[in-house]
Amino acid sequence: MSSPGSPVELFIAFTSLALQGFGGVLPVAQRELVDKRAWLTREEFAETLSVGQVLPGPNVVNMALMIGDRYFGWRGALAALAGILLAPLAIVLVLATVYARIAAHPMALGAIRGMGAVAAGLIFAMAIKLAPTLKKNPLPLASCAAAVLATWVLVGALRMPMAWLVLGLGGAMVVFALFWLDRR
Amino acid sequence: MNPFTPDDWWPLFLHFLAMSMLAVGGALATTPEIHRYLVDQRGWLDDAQFSASIALAQAAPGPNLLFVPVLGHAIAGMPGAFVALAGMLIPSTTLALTAARWGRTRRETRGVRAFVAGMAPVTIGLLFAAGTVLAVPLAGQTMAWVLVAATVGLSIKTKIAPVWMIALGAVAGAMGWV
Repeated sequence: MSSPGSPVELFIAFTSLALQGFGGVLPVAQRELVDKRAWLTREEFAETLSVGQVLPGPNVVNMALMIGDRYFGWRGALAALAGILLAPLAIVLVLATVYARIAAHPMALGAIRGMGAVAAGLIFAMAIKLAPTLKKNPLPLASCAAAVLATWVLVGALRMPMAWLVLGLGGAMVVFALFWLDRR
Repeated sequence: MNPFTPDDWWPLFLHFLAMSMLAVGGALATTPEIHRYLVDQRGWLDDAQFSASIALAQAAPGPNLLFVPVLGHAIAGMPGAFVALAGMLIPSTTLALTAARWGRTRRETRGVRAFVAGMAPVTIGLLFAAGTVLAVPLAGQTMAWVLVAATVGLSIKTKIAPVWMIALGAVAGAMGWV
C-alpha cells in the first residue's frame, strides 16, 4: 500500500481519473486508486463507496471528498474535489457554449435530438445493469421489484415530486428493512 | 416557455440545494425532479433543451453530475452554470465531510444497512423514471426509439464508451434520420 505525497498529487490523480471517465467515473476510480496507485485496498474502496452512497449528493464527489479528507484533512478534500470537477467542468462548459451558438441550425437541432435519444438509452441501460444487484439485497426480491416499479410509475409517468417519493416510499422501505434485518 | 428574470436566481439556487440533499442515489436519480421543476413548473427550458443538456454532459468526460451546470448554462448562461453547480454541491459536500468520520466507524450498524437496502430499489426506479422523462418527448418518432433501443442493447452487451454512441446519435440526427 502507498499513499499520496501531497494534496497536489491528489489533485492530479483525481483530474486524470475524471478525464478518463466517460459516462461515469466509478469504474475508472477503482482502476486508478486501487489497482494502479494502491492508495486503497479493494475493500476500502467498496467501504468508502457504500458510505458515499448513504449520504446524499453525487457518489463520486462524496468519495473524492472522503479519500482526500483521509490523507490531508480539508486541504486534501478540497484538492480531490477540485481535481474531479475542474477540468471536466471546463470541457463541458465549452461544449455547452458551442452548442448554444449553433442550436438554431437545423442540423444542430437534429444532432441534439439524436443525442437526446442516446442519452435516454444510456440511462435505461444503467438502470437495467443495476437491477440484478437487487438479488443480493437483504430484502425479499418481490418487495424490491415492487418498489422499483412503483417509483418508476409514480415519478416517470405520474411525475410525482421526488421529495414525497423519497420520504414516503423510500422511508417506508428503510423502516421495512429495519424490521426485516431484525427478524433474521 | 418563460424567460428567466433576475428574480429567478434565488429559486434556481434553492432548487439545486434541495436536489443535492435528495440525491441519495447519485445525481442522475434527480433528473425526473429537475425536469418537473425546470420544464413543467417553471418553463425555463423545453424538453429538447433539457434532453440536449443531459446528452452534452454525457458526451463529456467526468462525473455525471456535470449535467447540472450544463442545465444552468442553458437557463442563464455562465452565471447560471455556477449557481446551479454551487447549489448541487454545497449541502452534500458539507454533509459528506462532517459525516465521513462518523460513517467510517458506524457503516456496519443496522441503521446504515437498512438505509442502503431500502433505498437501493428506489434509486433504480428513479433511473428508469429518468430514462422515461427523456424518452417521452420522442413519442411518435420511430427512428428515435430505434436509437434508444440500440443504445440500451450496445451498452449492455458491449464495452463501447458512451461518447461513441452519443457521436453516432448526433450524426444520425444531423443527417435527419431521427
